[in-house]
Amino acid sequence: MRVVVAMSGGVDSSVAAALLAAAGHDVVGLSMQLYDQRTEGEAFGSCCSLDDLYDARRVAQTIGFPHYLVNFEERFRQKVVQNFVAEYAAGRTPIPCVHCNADLKFAELVERAAAFNAESVATGHYARVVFDEDDRRYKLLRAVDRDKDQSYFLFSLTQTQLAHAMFPVGHLTKPEVRQEAQRLGLAVAAKPDSHEICFVADGDAGGFVERALPDGPREGEVVDATGRVLGRHGGVHRFTVGQRKGLGLSSPIPLYVLKVDAAEARVVVGPREALGRDEMTASGVNWISGTPPATAMRVTARIRHRHQDAPATVTALTGARAHVRFDDPQMAITPGQAAVFYQGEEVVGGGWIE
Amino acid sequence: MSRVVRIYLDYNATSPPFADVVATVARVLAEDFGNASSVHAFGQRAKAVVDDARQEVAALIDADAGEVVFTAGGTEADNLALRGAAEAVEPLGRRHVITTAIEHEAVLNTLKSVARRGWTVTTLPVDESGVVTPDALRAALTPETSLVSVMHANNEVGTIQPIAELAAIAREHGAIFHTDAVQSAGKIPVSARRLGVDLLAISGHKFGGPKGIGALWVRRGVRLAQAMTGGKQERNRRAGTENVPAIAGLGVAARLSREKLAANSSGFAELRDRLERGILEGVPGSSVNGDPARRVPNTTNISFDGVEAESLLIALDLEGVAVSTGSACSSGSLEPSHVLRAMGLPHGRTRNSLRFSLGAGTTPAEIDFVVEALPGLVTKLRRLTRAAAAVR
Repeated sequence: MRVVVAMSGGVDSSVAAALLAAAGHDVVGLSMQLYDQRTEGEAFGSCCSLDDLYDARRVAQTIGFPHYLVNFEERFRQKVVQNFVAEYAAGRTPIPCVHCNADLKFAELVERAAAFNAESVATGHYARVVFDEDDRRYKLLRAVDRDKDQSYFLFSLTQTQLAHAMFPVGHLTKPEVRQEAQRLGLAVAAKPDSHEICFVADGDAGGFVERALPDGPREGEVVDATGRVLGRHGGVHRFTVGQRKGLGLSSPIPLYVLKVDAAEARVVVGPREALGRDEMTASGVNWISGTPPATAMRVTARIRHRHQDAPATVTALTGARAHVRFDDPQMAITPGQAAVFYQGEEVVGGGWIE
Repeated sequence: MSRVVRIYLDYNATSPPFADVVATVARVLAEDFGNASSVHAFGQRAKAVVDDARQEVAALIDADAGEVVFTAGGTEADNLALRGAAEAVEPLGRRHVITTAIEHEAVLNTLKSVARRGWTVTTLPVDESGVVTPDALRAALTPETSLVSVMHANNEVGTIQPIAELAAIAREHGAIFHTDAVQSAGKIPVSARRLGVDLLAISGHKFGGPKGIGALWVRRGVRLAQAMTGGKQERNRRAGTENVPAIAGLGVAARLSREKLAANSSGFAELRDRLERGILEGVPGSSVNGDPARRVPNTTNISFDGVEAESLLIALDLEGVAVSTGSACSSGSLEPSHVLRAMGLPHGRTRNSLRFSLGAGTTPAEIDFVVEALPGLVTKLRRLTRAAAAVR
């Protein structure tokens, strides 16, 4: 079977490609060029830079399968970067990776793959997809390596997308993946993991958004929960719920961002205790099974990538929304982040925190 | 991954070297290893190899051997021509250079660098078939104009420019005329003298020679500053120990190309037309870009409506057919062609176009294979694009 592997040049997608090739698949490596690589003297993001593309190519050469670059600059700008900027400008804290997965890798790339007679697109994500014979449905599961699990970023995949998705390293631990890379003599075996948002080179998301904002940053007031003005800020896009640093306030107790009100250009701060909330709603909800649950559902819900999912009850609402009530208050439920619902190993769905 | 079929239709990118070239390079590399600048017998032997090759290159472009300067390829020849001429005429104070929108990057980017020395660069437009008109050149000339650079044949669409006419206009104006003949030498008769140019660049690997070797023809009397400084090789025009094996290979390629020129020209054209006809008939919504009459015989550039050329190129390669599109950026991914844009093609169509370029090794069976494979691939790509658009 021919499989297209989305290759970032990192160790995970490299080993994913290697495993598929070893299993006898006809592997075609594609690397997505996501932003302009030509500008000289400017730093690029941590993923898919020229060095990464070189690394991906070297892996393909070592194992012996064809490798191509596809120019997704325009699509990436439209589907990922513009959304990223708009979300920050609206006072939310976006996760561009989810859009990159759902709107590029498992949309555009699947379409390309079909054109090349490939049935599936594989990535180096730590997650698992299985076909449940009883349900006749695909299930999305957490990775075996709990520390590296990326199922959170894949919650918006549909049944059709899952049918074409392969995650060859999802059943391995990161050390096992590195070992495998070493065994195969892949030059990327010891390459460090990427953590930052790939197109924000210096890790300064605020600065990136600021440069992209057509009307410049919206300055405003920093207030406490009662509306008392404590200071001024340089733009709402620089704040995220739960943030403590960069408030520019002197206060006897540590203050945290409780709310970012983009309409009023206002940042509300307060003590840590005020960050806890036990309910939220999500929009743009995707149910992995394809059907919203008819009744309230017991789940564990995760409100950001590095959050220990917490027991909750989720109720599907109309308009692809859902209500979530946590058993215990959760700290810093942040608009723009995803709430992803699990039942044990399984991702049952998820949506965007309102 | 081994595949049964491997069809090479990308001769404008590079061509497989003639067997004779390979043998000559290997032999000279092993046996005639002397430094061509040395006084002793080893040096003399190497020098003879270089001089023989110079004779062959001169014969290919109908010029005197003494006017041929070997360079490390076409790009270096363009650099030497433009930087060298610009620096040499600068003291006269005329700092205006005219070029065209469809030049190779070797010219366009070199002139950007010349512009940073305080020169003004005028870029002439082309018509929809990719031709620069003499009127456009006349209109662009100013008293400051001292240099004009127009390519002979375009690498992407193959269009041949009216160089003799353009060069005559420049000459009348007292401007130096350079032509990048990288895509015409070896494919059509090229006579430096009859074209009336002052500088002419060629590249070995485009006509069966080795990579990394080319030449600049410099009309006697034209002053050039050195683009590369060092020793006094190549009559003080190009410093650096001569790459004797590559020069020898270039000489052989020049001889073979010249000998086969007439036969190749008509042979290429016949196969190219067969390919073009086959595609136009077999694939609805396909059309040829460029000037169907005035172009090099081995090149065709075809647009496929509604098909992303990038995908079609990859799909063809997975079927074993090598073609190309536009120019590659630093990462190797594809960008819309500046040539097609200059010809006024709408943005969409610049992304729909593939270049097929044939050469000495191309067979009718290969052409038929491509003609047969294309309709299915195009239909599939169009169907998927439509389906994806419907989902969104």
